[in-house]
Amino acid sequence: MPGTALAFLRRKPALLIWLASVLACLLVVLHTQFVADMSAFLPRNPDAEQRMLVEQLRDGTVARLMIIGIEGADAPARHRSSRALAASLRASQAFITVQNGEAAMLERDRAFYFNNRYLLSPAVTPERFSSEGLRSAISDSLDNLSGTTGMLLKSLLARDPTGETLNLIDDLQQQGGPRLAEGVWVSRDDSRALLLVQTRAAGSDTDGLAEAMQIIETRFKSSRSDPALRMVITGAGVFSVHSRDEIKAECTRLAGLSTLFVIILLLSVYRSLRLLALGMLPVASGALVGVTAVSLGFGNVHGLTLGFGTTLIGEAVDYAIYYFVQARHGSSEAAGQRRFWRTVSIGVLTSICGFAALLVSGFPGLAQLGLYSIGGLLAAVLVTRYVLPALLPAKLAMRDIRPLGARMARVAQQLVRLRGLLLALIIAAAALLLLRHGEIWNHSISALNPVPLAAQELDGQLRAELGAPDARFLLALNVADQQAALVAAEQLDPQLQKLVEQGLLAGYETPLRMLPSLATQSRRQAALPDAASLRSRLDSALQGLPLRADKLQGFIDDVAATRARAPLQRSDLDGTASALAFDAMVVQRSSGYSLLLPLRAPAAGIDAAAVRQALGTAQMPGLLLIDLRDQAETLYQRYLNEAITLSAWGLLAVILVIALSLRSLPRLLRVMLPLAGSVVLVMAGLLLSGHSLSILHLIGLLLTVAIGSNYALFFDQSGAQDAPEMQQRTLVSLVLANLSTVVGFGLLGSSSVSVLAALGVTVGPGALLSLLLAAAFAQQPDKTS
Amino acid sequence: MSFRLSRLIVLLSLLGSMLALNLSAAAELQLGDLMRQLAQTRTARASFVEQKFIGMLDKPVESSGELSFTAPDQLEKRTLQPKPEAIILRGNELTLERGKRVLRASLLEFPDAAVFVESIRATLAGDQHALEAVWRVELDGSLARWTLRLTPLASNAYVNRIRIAGVRGEVRQIEIEQHDGDRSLMNITRLSAP
Repeated sequence: MPGTALAFLRRKPALLIWLASVLACLLVVLHTQFVADMSAFLPRNPDAEQRMLVEQLRDGTVARLMIIGIEGADAPARHRSSRALAASLRASQAFITVQNGEAAMLERDRAFYFNNRYLLSPAVTPERFSSEGLRSAISDSLDNLSGTTGMLLKSLLARDPTGETLNLIDDLQQQGGPRLAEGVWVSRDDSRALLLVQTRAAGSDTDGLAEAMQIIETRFKSSRSDPALRMVITGAGVFSVHSRDEIKAECTRLAGLSTLFVIILLLSVYRSLRLLALGMLPVASGALVGVTAVSLGFGNVHGLTLGFGTTLIGEAVDYAIYYFVQARHGSSEAAGQRRFWRTVSIGVLTSICGFAALLVSGFPGLAQLGLYSIGGLLAAVLVTRYVLPALLPAKLAMRDIRPLGARMARVAQQLVRLRGLLLALIIAAAALLLLRHGEIWNHSISALNPVPLAAQELDGQLRAELGAPDARFLLALNVADQQAALVAAEQLDPQLQKLVEQGLLAGYETPLRMLPSLATQSRRQAALPDAASLRSRLDSALQGLPLRADKLQGFIDDVAATRARAPLQRSDLDGTASALAFDAMVVQRSSGYSLLLPLRAPAAGIDAAAVRQALGTAQMPGLLLIDLRDQAETLYQRYLNEAITLSAWGLLAVILVIALSLRSLPRLLRVMLPLAGSVVLVMAGLLLSGHSLSILHLIGLLLTVAIGSNYALFFDQSGAQDAPEMQQRTLVSLVLANLSTVVGFGLLGSSSVSVLAALGVTVGPGALLSLLLAAAFAQQPDKTS
Repeated sequence: MSFRLSRLIVLLSLLGSMLALNLSAAAELQLGDLMRQLAQTRTARASFVEQKFIGMLDKPVESSGELSFTAPDQLEKRTLQPKPEAIILRGNELTLERGKRVLRASLLEFPDAAVFVESIRATLAGDQHALEAVWRVELDGSLARWTLRLTPLASNAYVNRIRIAGVRGEVRQIEIEQHDGDRSLMNITRLSAP
């Protein structure tokens, strides 16, 4: 048997090449990474601000944060559940920090601030440690002692009579936070307990994030006391896991369904399992080559590219249909065959031209779609041309389609008579589009967001309840190392304080509270007197105060120890909640560091121009004020505009290819009219039904033109030269091909993933209209009238 | 941080205190009777002077200000001298205002402090059940001049002993003693309702 198979392959070299290619592609696909984050929709060559945005989305601290809400049952049960879940998650390696408001968590932070107070406190200056400075600071502490919290503070007095710890902790707590009930964070109305976790997995590690979510889910279920308790979870990472899962599920479901429909359809015409199986070969090969090409070209494959890929089933199956119905069953003469393949080639070429425009896109997401389509279509047509003939039996036993063809021909004739009406419709649609051209495109980035609206609302709600900074405005600077970042933060600090005093900012975060630069730390060390001087200064400072210097030995020892110690490093923060905040502001990048200072907006919002101008005086080249939301919007608009421009070029290329191959202006017009007509009608239809068009609709239109051009070309060819029987065959093959496309995209239109649905509702109707219009306009008048 | 906030006083309504005086003149004062007296007060305002005797210091530090109580669970202490600050307890929610700073916390974060705050609040509210849940309660004197001595049933990090003295339904003095012997003594003078 192997011998015969080998001999068979030797006789058919196309098969050998195909088999080898399939194996190679499978190898690549097996090692392909599938992603679903937003990175594919971020530009390949971003400017400095965009790169900042991209990095924040991929790896920033914000991308690792998940907010958990516990709902249901009663308040005590929710609070208990919060404590149990937090304790369980803290024991897991998957999370860097787990916060739920419990004070115990802050114990390490308190110890950190107390132990390092003379390095951290901005109040530490030579003046403060003079006799007068000490006297005023200690008097102040004694006044505090008389206050309500005095009995607590008295334990600090012996070692911290100048009150540095209190200043540092006050600074920290001033940043506010969510409401507490029974010691855990809750929403304002206490209907939810809230937790904030930071995953070890980065924002771009979708698998790691999914695993972390799984851990949260399991531990919540095992730790809750009441089954009526429910958990909600949100965060950038949650979104990317959910959209990947949903896209995956949708792709599987839709690909399965459309394959099933196409099988039923083809089986009813072919009446042959063998033909059916063969007809699927170009489809499978095309999808495989498409994924392989994207994987090799981009290093990963985006979920949306795959989703789009399911639609290729609808188009790639066409080639086999055309081949079986027209070429193999029709005139077997060489001239007819040549003409058939020529028409198919032009069709493929126009499709490739349309999609090639996307290849040069600066956005990997668009370029992936382009490469996938080109690779997939080329593979499908090559397999149809060279592999299928090698596998087909000499004589095809297919159902007699002549009666079907005759009926379709009559319908086509009816369509030709409706030309006037159709033309009027197209003109009306075009007029509508001109009239309302301002509303056609959706310029908001939300159009691209695969996250359902309900999930977005939940996210906003939890974020507000947690009092998490919206992280919309960032001050960003790229520097060489951590020290440079801290030095820059220190240089900026006076300006920022001035902005807060002027009311231009409500506040800002800074890493300096947790870790000042080495220079500042050694300046503070130098400001501390030696033990002997400190003791003598204390003696005169305490004159008339109810405190004796000999009670302050702890203070004298701590000051002496601080003078002699090594400066604080980032590693000293390990294990504290402050480390999380610090790492979000002093970010290690592939080369160097970024300093990112989140700004808090005053009630009136941030006047970016005024802040930029004020910071201009800081003389810090490369300092950026980034409005992340604005950046994202701008980015999407650029993306959309680029796609529209590229599509226009693609369309031009399509026209050029058809013009060159037909070499006749009237024929060119007859072929182009159905394409333009269906695009115009689909756009008008979407506009009237309340859709505004996103970039995915645009890709859909491009695909409509690619598919429709096949129809129009076949009508053009068949009308020109064929006998009526051949015309009918062409017609049947086109209707079959069209049905399979409409089914594939129709299903996509029902998808719950908005971006997939956008493709579906564009291409489904578009393909149908293309066929009807091609039947009406593309047939040559001398034979059809 | 907040336990001290409860050195609060309640003033009995005039009618209530007269009634109490009549009833209890003869018999020895029962805790239940005192609690009922105290429970009559729904809202009250008072001024206070507080001294803290701290071992490290040669003499006590002193502060003064105003107190108010609204039944059943709202206490407010506004210190005016030497440093203005306010501390407000509503249910378990604690707010500390110092200058422009506002800190919020929950009593439940500090269970030991909560027990202590609860002792004062339960006394003011006349809630015998809550009081006896965590304290051993001794009562001396007559309704005209009584003294409550509270000792925690379970060991408490902050407080060794509390002594509350009063006249009829009016708390006049609260003394809190810590384990290290440091203590605070607060004298309270009722203010007439505005």
